[in-house]
Amino acid sequence: MTYIPISPTERDAMLETVGVKTLDDLFEAVPQKHRFPKLDLPPALTEMEAASLLSEMANTNENVREHMISFLGAGAYNHYIPSVVDHILRRGEFYTAYTPYQPEISQGTLQAIFEYQSLMTNLTGMEVSNASHYDGATATAEAVNLAFAQFRGKRKKVVLSPSLHPQYREVIRTYTQGMGVEEVGDDVSIDPEVGPEAMMSLVDENTMLVVVQYPDFFGRIHDYTKLIEDAHAKGSLVCIVANPTALIMLKTPAEMGADIVVGEAQPFGIPLWYGGPYLGFFTTKKSYVHKMAGRLIGETVDNRGQRSYVLTLTAREQHIKRERATSNICSNQGLLALASAVYMSTLGKTGLSQVANLCYQKAHYAASELSKIDGFGLCFSEPFFHEFVLCCPKPADEVNEYLLEHGILGGYALGKDYPSLENHILMAFTEMNSKQEIDTLVEVLKEME
Amino acid sequence: MAAIVEPTIFELSSPGRLGVTMPASDVPETVLPPNHLLRSDLPLPELAEVDVVRHYTRLSKFNYSVDDGFYPLGSCTMKYNPKINEDTCRLPGFLYTHPLQPIETVQGNLVLMYELQEWLKEISGFAGVTLQPAAGAHGEFTGVLMMAAYHKSRGDSKRTKMLIPDAAHGTNPASAGMLGMSVVTIPSDERGNVDLKALAAACDDTVVGMMVTNPNTLGMFDEHIEDVIKLVKDCGGLMYGDGANLNALLGIVRPGDLGFDVMHFNLHKTFSVPHGGGGPGSGPVGVSERLHDFLPSPLVGIVEEADDETAPLYGFVTPKQSIGRMKAFHGHFGGGLVRAYTYISMHGPDGLKDVSQYAVLNANYLQAKLRGTYTIPFDRICMHEFVAEGQFAGSDVRALDIAKRLMDYKFHPPTNYFPLIVHEALMIEPTETENKDTLDRFADALIKIAEEAKTNPELLHNAPHTTPFGRMDEVKAARELVLCCWLPENYESMK
Repeated sequence: MTYIPISPTERDAMLETVGVKTLDDLFEAVPQKHRFPKLDLPPALTEMEAASLLSEMANTNENVREHMISFLGAGAYNHYIPSVVDHILRRGEFYTAYTPYQPEISQGTLQAIFEYQSLMTNLTGMEVSNASHYDGATATAEAVNLAFAQFRGKRKKVVLSPSLHPQYREVIRTYTQGMGVEEVGDDVSIDPEVGPEAMMSLVDENTMLVVVQYPDFFGRIHDYTKLIEDAHAKGSLVCIVANPTALIMLKTPAEMGADIVVGEAQPFGIPLWYGGPYLGFFTTKKSYVHKMAGRLIGETVDNRGQRSYVLTLTAREQHIKRERATSNICSNQGLLALASAVYMSTLGKTGLSQVANLCYQKAHYAASELSKIDGFGLCFSEPFFHEFVLCCPKPADEVNEYLLEHGILGGYALGKDYPSLENHILMAFTEMNSKQEIDTLVEVLKEME
Repeated sequence: MAAIVEPTIFELSSPGRLGVTMPASDVPETVLPPNHLLRSDLPLPELAEVDVVRHYTRLSKFNYSVDDGFYPLGSCTMKYNPKINEDTCRLPGFLYTHPLQPIETVQGNLVLMYELQEWLKEISGFAGVTLQPAAGAHGEFTGVLMMAAYHKSRGDSKRTKMLIPDAAHGTNPASAGMLGMSVVTIPSDERGNVDLKALAAACDDTVVGMMVTNPNTLGMFDEHIEDVIKLVKDCGGLMYGDGANLNALLGIVRPGDLGFDVMHFNLHKTFSVPHGGGGPGSGPVGVSERLHDFLPSPLVGIVEEADDETAPLYGFVTPKQSIGRMKAFHGHFGGGLVRAYTYISMHGPDGLKDVSQYAVLNANYLQAKLRGTYTIPFDRICMHEFVAEGQFAGSDVRALDIAKRLMDYKFHPPTNYFPLIVHEALMIEPTETENKDTLDRFADALIKIAEEAKTNPELLHNAPHTTPFGRMDEVKAARELVLCCWLPENYESMK
């Protein structure tokens, strides 16, 4: 079926007004030999048939709510989403609107995103937040762009922590391949036990940005205050890639002195959805706001004296500045910024604190129980939040396969990104994991041959 | 003090109020990390669920949306978003699958992605498609990276120039700029085509390629598109197609057949993914044979062929000379790919051709109704959109005034002041999902406004009058840069 609300009679009347006989006559500018190709696509389905086809495809998957117990995180987390979130997102006024270029009839989106910016700055402790990036990885790559612009391309080195998410490091390399930038520091053959201080030997007068993760990819909580001080002494900026759930509990990156704080806000009200769409957040100091990419909402008044909101500092953006823009970003993640704002508002200070505490408690219970099994143990001694690396007596892939046979989606096998960590699994715990699930995991691993 | 129409979520907060709470912990308690690793306060709002629902419901009512009415934003393709898509993309099997699950457990997702790759290839005439890019501009960046990688792989290091017509979207030069390329602007001729003479003069062995939107932002299908492509290819350049205007071409012509090397799709325009108040979009990219090996990694492919007893196993494959990864994980699966898949499956080949034919009919019908009242600077059969001038001889009324006045008639304004090559441009794209009555009422409103411009210009300068908010002071916003708000109790200290 189609969604075209025009009857054949109306069509003919319209064609007459236009002055052509048939619909095909409208396309004479198209080269004749390529005009009207026959597309080899399946025949059209009715809504009922499409609904059934899609259900069937979805049911072919094994999901983490109905089929498996999951301890997989590594950048995407299975959290509870209050019912309110999707009810608000399903309002056509929000999801069928365009980017709020006409503020008089877009105050809903504008105020909601202004509030999102406020929630993110309050969470990270930073001074400004933009309206979003595609995801945590691209937000991190845009932090490199900001630093590059800040030093007008004169500094060329980015120091990446080896415990920054491997896919984020890949995306940074993709983004910067035309910029003559050098990425160093994430040689994964180095000992992952080495703390953040080791990175300082690489930071010099040519370094524009140091990128670290908090908690890091292995789940560890580092206080980066000293690293940031030292990097600043060399004139470099520092970007912290943070998990928002952890920020509810932990010292803010702003307190550590970070210049840019970015991350993946999927844990805040966005379903796993097989990897997207998610929500990249980007916060920084006010002094860098002109170098920041992405949309920005600011407060103002209308001509009736009412407080209102508009897209502001648009001169940074592609539709004004074209090839001199800080980024080409246009559509971003508006609706998902709304989702995370509703998530934060609905749980509020108390609910969010409960979520963070539950994540912490479950992970630590699991860590303590798993360490008791012969041959298993925690690989690192640093404090962790809701993820940790489990050392196993055999290759992580084999352990995961065994777990899957028992209906458990294990953790992330680290060997493919870190060759020295072949027997190591990164495991994540959230409020969704009951004690019983964790006990099951422990029991199943105890039985492993 | 400005009047407050709706307080912020921070102003609505009251200490001690509870919204959704979590269950008590069911595991033995572990002490928290030492104090120096913890934050001292959490300045976030405290509200009850009903407070939250009413706040966002009130806010939603300040928005104009496609579900409210006609939204003829040029080059944005604000078509109706079918409701079934909202259900299919929220099926539990899609919502609750983790991007790093073993491929054996997510064959449903991978089949959907594989088939969508195949369908987009068939619709566009390309040899390969990546679903990874998150939005149109992200797709453009992907495309430009592949163009650069292609030349580099051939040791052709002289190519640094990207040719871009003057009618192009701002994202085109911005994408080329992200790779440090220099942009050469090619003018349009008097019929709205690329000026062939100017193009020929710009073509040399330093050209990376050309980024063309066809139909262009004037709504014109370039009458010499094959000559344009030949000129660029003859000097060794690659042809980039901006797929923003693909809604005019489904089943009409395939860009790959015309000789384009690379094009991004906007699933949130052409294939009915809702715009969400500014995203998420989804920007897959199609490429010709010679760019296939440069596609981002990973693509979805068949990793074990089918045999008599088992279906093929779908998984991920890495193209040989891949430019790398464009984002974490696999693209906008749930919000983008599932909706687009649903839409294409319900249209089939004939339905898709209908989409484009009626989109073009609606644009030409509106153009015919407005001709005579508004100047149409490039006046010929248009594709899915056209551009009128929002100005009248002897009047100080501008396109902006017309746009704002349209709000009083309960319409969303067209795109204005774009493309840059038309003075006081009003760029109108009705899409195929509007009926004749709506188009008639919209044309009547614009004709009435043209009359008002003569008889009562002040009415237009001060418009809108009937919306909940009037014109904003944009200078104040940029000068004062108030970009966030705080809890009332923290307001003074934070400021």
